[in-house]
Amino acid sequence: MKGTNLGEFEELVLLTIAALVNEAYSVGICDELEKHTGRTVKLGVVHAVLNRLEEKGFVKSKLGEATNVRGGKRKRYYSITSAGKAGVLKAKEVRDQLWSIIPEMALKRI
Amino acid sequence: MKERKNITPPKWAEWLLSFYCRPELLEDLQGDLNEYFDRNVKAKGSKKAKLIYILNVLKFFRSYTLRKPEIINLLIHWIMIGSYIKTSGRNIVRNKLFSAINIIGLAASMSVGLLLISIVHDMLLYEEFHTKKNRIYRVIGDYKYLNEETVHLATTSIKAGRSIRENISGAEDLVILRHGFGGDFQFGDNILPVKGLWAEPNLFNIFTFPLLKGNPRTALLEPNSIVLTEKTAKKLFGDSDPIGKTIIQKNNSFEPSNRTYVITGILKELPKFSHMKFEALGSFSTLDIIEKTNEGIWEWNSIWSNYVYVLLPKDGAPANLQTNLDRLSDEENSNMTDHNTRISLLLQPLGKIALGKDLDNQISPNMSIGMLWFITGLSFIVLLSACFNYTNLSIARSLRRSREVGIRKVIGARKIQVLVQFLSEATIFSLIALMLAFVIFLIIRPQFLSLTPNLHNLLTLDLTPALVIYFIVLAVLIGVIAGLLPGFFYAKVNPIMMIKNVSSIRVFRHLNMRKALIATQFTFSLIFITSTLITHKQYKDFLAFDLGFNTENILNINLHGNKPEIVKKELSEIPEIRDISKSFIITSVGNNYYASIKYNDPHDSINVWYNKIDENYIPVLGFKIISGHNFISRPEDTEEGEVIVNERLVKLLNIGNRDPQKAIGEFLIMDGKKLKILGVISDFHYSTVDREIGPFMFRYSNKDLHYINAKITSSDLPGTMAKIEKAWNTIDTVHPLNATFYDDQIQQAYGEYSAMIKTIGFLACLAIIISSIGLLGMVVFSTETRLREISIRKVLGAEVSNLIYLLSKSFLFLLIISGLIAIPVTYLIFDKIILSDVAYHSSIGFFELFFGAFAVMAIALIMIGSQTFKVARSNPAEVLKSE
Repeated sequence: MKGTNLGEFEELVLLTIAALVNEAYSVGICDELEKHTGRTVKLGVVHAVLNRLEEKGFVKSKLGEATNVRGGKRKRYYSITSAGKAGVLKAKEVRDQLWSIIPEMALKRI
Repeated sequence: MKERKNITPPKWAEWLLSFYCRPELLEDLQGDLNEYFDRNVKAKGSKKAKLIYILNVLKFFRSYTLRKPEIINLLIHWIMIGSYIKTSGRNIVRNKLFSAINIIGLAASMSVGLLLISIVHDMLLYEEFHTKKNRIYRVIGDYKYLNEETVHLATTSIKAGRSIRENISGAEDLVILRHGFGGDFQFGDNILPVKGLWAEPNLFNIFTFPLLKGNPRTALLEPNSIVLTEKTAKKLFGDSDPIGKTIIQKNNSFEPSNRTYVITGILKELPKFSHMKFEALGSFSTLDIIEKTNEGIWEWNSIWSNYVYVLLPKDGAPANLQTNLDRLSDEENSNMTDHNTRISLLLQPLGKIALGKDLDNQISPNMSIGMLWFITGLSFIVLLSACFNYTNLSIARSLRRSREVGIRKVIGARKIQVLVQFLSEATIFSLIALMLAFVIFLIIRPQFLSLTPNLHNLLTLDLTPALVIYFIVLAVLIGVIAGLLPGFFYAKVNPIMMIKNVSSIRVFRHLNMRKALIATQFTFSLIFITSTLITHKQYKDFLAFDLGFNTENILNINLHGNKPEIVKKELSEIPEIRDISKSFIITSVGNNYYASIKYNDPHDSINVWYNKIDENYIPVLGFKIISGHNFISRPEDTEEGEVIVNERLVKLLNIGNRDPQKAIGEFLIMDGKKLKILGVISDFHYSTVDREIGPFMFRYSNKDLHYINAKITSSDLPGTMAKIEKAWNTIDTVHPLNATFYDDQIQQAYGEYSAMIKTIGFLACLAIIISSIGLLGMVVFSTETRLREISIRKVLGAEVSNLIYLLSKSFLFLLIISGLIAIPVTYLIFDKIILSDVAYHSSIGFFELFFGAFAVMAIALIMIGSQTFKVARSNPAEVLKSE
């Protein structure tokens, strides 16, 4: 089932979309990610990821209303689909499971 | 704030993005980039922001953003063509006036286009059969005497050819050809006049003239060898094998003895598209023997009859050879005793001979490239004029068509589709016009070919599949040019405005452009018609020109080598022939012969035109003797010792203090011979009238006289001609009688002008027809549009005359403007350029200058008047009721 798995960055983007709720559009997602991860996020990369996520069916998008900013161009708002939700939950579950089996001492010794 | 607003991303980057990006991703991507751009302008300044924007545009060039090739769009165009054809068909039928105007206009102009294409097509086929075509160059000569105009010749000297062969590197091979081979050849009882060239054996190395029989390497090697073309051999020998047989070149009055030739080769018939045409080739080595004592022809300045062709090596550059030729010319010019003459050698590529520069002494007639460009220019104007009509009328009809376009757009047609619709509609028009044009082309083709005898020899204008394809390409091209402006006009139409409110269409938008187009059309029409009239006047004046002697009722008979005395004796028995004289050439029709003459100063020579005559010539043709007297009859073998000169010569050489009386008895020196001046005649036009009168002399001769000039008084011309022909046939059975009246010969000499008048006249007619029907269309449409306005004006009390003035004043204004441009322009063109080359031209008269303008104006006024009158008289109640 290649293609339905989430990459690390894809997961971050997906989570950001979920977090931003109604304000999730490309530039907004970039800004939010930069804020939380502290690393520079390229618009091109985000764009490509959003496109891929949409192809996989994890997100859906619609165009918003035209405004005076952005040279009058409309924003494309993304929202998470149920498949997307299942995807992030699955990822979280995997992590939680892995966390739960790490013996407490194992990390402390490092 | 305001400042930042003005800063926008680079236009071209925006355009690039919208070009490559998929439409569904485009808007949001543009928005993102704009947002970043705004941020960057604030943070990093506008320059950097622009740079980042450009980089981003380039970075987004990824597989998922790329637009897929729009096969579907192409498919839609394809499907829609059916619809376009259908709607175009309906449009053609619905508006018959519009269709007729356009189709007639396009067809008329296109027929000229077809003619031109087929001429160019023929000319480009020239010399194609030579396998070494691109490496063959002709050595041509420029001849300059003192400060006179340089004479450009296709010929050069034998000496030049031989020097190049012996002393100059840069040419792989070289052949010398010479004019003047030929005569009457006899085999058994069969006598055939043959025209040909003297040729060296390397002819066959350089040119691709395949021999059917004989060895190309040896055929022209030995003296007295002759190579015949297939057709000539067939005429002389029938079906028997001519190789090795001997034929006799018959003696005539210029060739004292018979000469025998052995046939060494039979040439495959020459292709039509060869710039040199001949029936036989004589070996050049024969000439070495015959002309051994005639030193003149081997000199550097004997440049009037020889053609030299060189073959460059495969990687050879003509420029290198040219430098060597320049050196050779300088050297030889300084070796000459006559320092007044300069001859320079030039190279001319084989491909530029048949269609190329206008040179004197061409090996066979060619087509001047200047003339072709001239006619192309005129035809292009006529074609453009027809396109203007289409453009104008299409836009003028916008009231009706806009609604259709509006609906198409509402349904989903894009700009490009509207454009394609109008382009295909125009193309359909031009394709229909093509069919009509083709019919016109078939009609004018033979007319054109018979304009001058040269054209018949040069061109076939046969249809080939390639030609038909070019015709169709032309039609499509014309369609696209004609449809482009209306296409863009309708593509811009705003569909909502169109459907909501028809009156919002600005029918009179682009009015200035349309007016400019009409004014241009009429300006060109006027220039054409005025030029035709001026040229016609000039031509008539040439024919009626007082040449300084009498040409009326003089019949010139070509002797074809028969003894003049015998012919004269036969002809004197015909009572209608009053007087007979003999001459070397016929003057005043463009034949020029020079001799180099010295007077007192042995180093200063001048070129003097001459004609050789008998003692009857001056009285028969009515030359005016100012002083001295005419030649008196002398026995045949008398040494030449007397001349009669013209006034110009006396003045130029300052003989007897320029006094014709005192010049009598003075001596001129020609080729070392002393010639006594016997008489002085008043100046006459020796050459054609477009050239200046120069120094001239009559030489007395009994020998090489080629023509008989018979003065005829007859009330029954055909009967007299029949008698002359009968008399001729008793003397000469080989050549048919070749007799022409002097006046007709003069007319032929100005045939170039007559051909030009017919060509420009024809184009002028087309231009006038096209612009007049175009104007008619415009008047009809604009009056129709203003019908309601006129009705209201009428109701309010306007007179019919006022209305006609109102409707036609803008068109009248246009016509006056075009007249104001055209007449001075034509005057200047003729006064400063064309007629300034003609030495004795008539002045440009008021009639020629303005008659054309008046005629065109009158036609246009009838067009405008009839339409506006019709509208102005319409019943306002009818019009207003129906609204």
